[in-house]
Amino acid sequence: MESVYSYLPALILISPLVGFFINGVVLPLKYKGYAKTPANVAGGVATLFIFLSFLMGLKVFSSLQGMNSSAPAIMSYCFEWFNFGGLNIPFELRIDKLSGILVLIITGIGTLIHVYSTSYMHDEECVGRYFSYLNLFCFNMLLLVMGNNLPLLFFGWEGVGLCSYLLIGFWYTETEKANAGKKAFVVNRVGDLGFLIGMFLLFRELGTLTLTDINLLLQDAQVVAKIMPSVTLICVSLFVGATGKSAQMPLYVWLPDAMSGPTPVSALIHAATMVTAGVYMIARLHPLFSLSETALTLVAHVGAFTALFAGSIAIAQSDIKKVLAYSTVSQLGFMFLACGVGAYQTAVFHLMTHAFFKALLFLGSGSVIHACSGEQDMTKMGGLKKYLPHTHFTMLIGSLAISGIPFFSGFFSKDEILYSAIALPNGYSLLFIVGVLTAALTAFYTGRMMSLTFYGKERMSHDVKHHLHESPFLMTFPLYVLAALAAFGGFLGVPHLLGNFLGHMPHYLATWLDPVVPMKELPLVGIKLLLHEAVVMIGSSIIAIVSFGLGIKLFKSHLYLTDMLKGIKGFHVVLENKYFVDEFYDKTVIRFVKKLSELSAAIIDKLVIDGAVNGLGNGVRKVGSSLRILQTGDIQTYGLMMLFGLLALTALILKILM
Amino acid sequence: MLTNEMLIQLLAAFLFSVGLLVVLLRRDTIMVLMGIELLLNSANLSLVAFSKSAMMIDGQMQVFFVITIAAAESAIGLSILVNLYRNFGSIKTQNATTLRG
Repeated sequence: MESVYSYLPALILISPLVGFFINGVVLPLKYKGYAKTPANVAGGVATLFIFLSFLMGLKVFSSLQGMNSSAPAIMSYCFEWFNFGGLNIPFELRIDKLSGILVLIITGIGTLIHVYSTSYMHDEECVGRYFSYLNLFCFNMLLLVMGNNLPLLFFGWEGVGLCSYLLIGFWYTETEKANAGKKAFVVNRVGDLGFLIGMFLLFRELGTLTLTDINLLLQDAQVVAKIMPSVTLICVSLFVGATGKSAQMPLYVWLPDAMSGPTPVSALIHAATMVTAGVYMIARLHPLFSLSETALTLVAHVGAFTALFAGSIAIAQSDIKKVLAYSTVSQLGFMFLACGVGAYQTAVFHLMTHAFFKALLFLGSGSVIHACSGEQDMTKMGGLKKYLPHTHFTMLIGSLAISGIPFFSGFFSKDEILYSAIALPNGYSLLFIVGVLTAALTAFYTGRMMSLTFYGKERMSHDVKHHLHESPFLMTFPLYVLAALAAFGGFLGVPHLLGNFLGHMPHYLATWLDPVVPMKELPLVGIKLLLHEAVVMIGSSIIAIVSFGLGIKLFKSHLYLTDMLKGIKGFHVVLENKYFVDEFYDKTVIRFVKKLSELSAAIIDKLVIDGAVNGLGNGVRKVGSSLRILQTGDIQTYGLMMLFGLLALTALILKILM
Repeated sequence: MLTNEMLIQLLAAFLFSVGLLVVLLRRDTIMVLMGIELLLNSANLSLVAFSKSAMMIDGQMQVFFVITIAAAESAIGLSILVNLYRNFGSIKTQNATTLRG
């Protein structure tokens, strides 16, 4: 293990913070007010600083490649954060091959989304506020992936949660949107508690929270034996944290509501970066998770179930962003499924391709919404293909990628996950079948979304139709870049079978990640392996193509599933209302908490706390009013009292001296 | 057996008591001021007597300061008294009780 100290990681981290400071403090002072900063200036500044980060990230990435060591890393030691007892937490940043990829995703996609936002948010009030939050988010996210100890990771973890809250509730004057922000924050808090508990337990067992030390210690058989009894508890606690941040069952409910934020925010935070933090955390701590079979099984099943569950909800949604939101939940479930069967590399691979195509789809939907004068309901769209050719083209690529149509990026990563779900020792047929079903659902609802939006009859109102326009260059440019990534990003991880056909093309990502996140050896070898791969690959491609085609074709003339199949009306209602999970939570958890808080408001607050405060005040007042008769205002009475006091003092002194 | 010194000290104590009673009991502000003068001068008497018996000049030096301060004090006291009369229409102490709690 070799690590080089450099100032670059610190600069990468600080750059967006400088942007935040300029947009948050300097420009409002200059223009006298947040709302006054012009969009071009605010956006330009924010984009510049995140782009600087991206350039430095590229530099670090290329120097990582140049270092000839088994596990190269570039570190920055900034200062000692805190140090007491046996706990020493330095502010230390580390970019290795895993976090390097994440840094590039965050800053790269971040830059594109900043560019896009400059145009998308052009007519909004308070763009300065928007861009300062966006930069602050990037800072926190970079801290999350670069921090070399769990407290730093947690700092970033909380920071992105804060920025997510601020940006979801960006239009805070609308109660519903402000509430969505609050919901995200509160639900995340539940998960964070789990994360904290996991962190404390880990410290108790290992005595360190530094990631490199943890992974080093876990290579020691003695340490492993010592930690074994509590490892499942630790992993499950940490995973609870991950379910909150990465929107898994049962804490996924905040993500669909989070769509009330501006669309570029959904693309950056709620698709490409923040929600993948849980996956990153598990991949980062994979030596720990690998120790606990139980925890991994839990991760895999929660992931698989969430993937299927959210995927089925997505079929019946009519809001374009809600479809994408549930799709994100579902894809994150896929990543956890991969983590759970031990295919951490594959999870990171899917994280990357998902960042590409989901950011693309979100930005595309933003472009559609922009064109339709803020309309998000797909039942009021249709036939937009001829009005929005660029958006249609790029979104089609994104859809093909997410559906897993061969040779687009999603195909490779999803195929690898499906394959791992059955081939790896932890995987078994149920996980595989759920995965395949979800893949089919994914292709189906994506096809439906494309069909409802771009094909079929034009259902928008006359006014909207009149205003239809393709988005400006600043918005289509990021779309094309992301489309290229979504189309070709998968070739970083070509499976053995295709690699052999394409002239021994290696699995670049696997080779790259191997030192940090080693690939599990597949139990099969030789021709059996290839055969296995071929069956899964061909099968999943056929399923993807058929479902996608079905989705496109069926919904050209219909809007809902019920239009085609009368018998499933009840099922459709259940899906449309998201299995009534929100209502269920409302009836159970929320009502209970509200009752509890009402009770404590009535008893603890009213009687105990108010009683103490008011009692103290009343007591002081009573004492005062009985003492006020001493204050006669007559100077001679005061003189007499002074005389008595003096006599008493003299007597006291005499007594002491004698 | 009472010596001269003790007699003088007793006289000073008597004068001090009279002054104190005047300050505390008389309602007329002018009388109060006069009582204060009596207090100061009884202390002066005591100081002078002690300094004579102890053969030290310090006590008599102190008396000069006390006389100076007494003069300043009565000047200020009298001006307060004038203001008191202007504001309350009387110089009785029981009328000037606006600071009563």
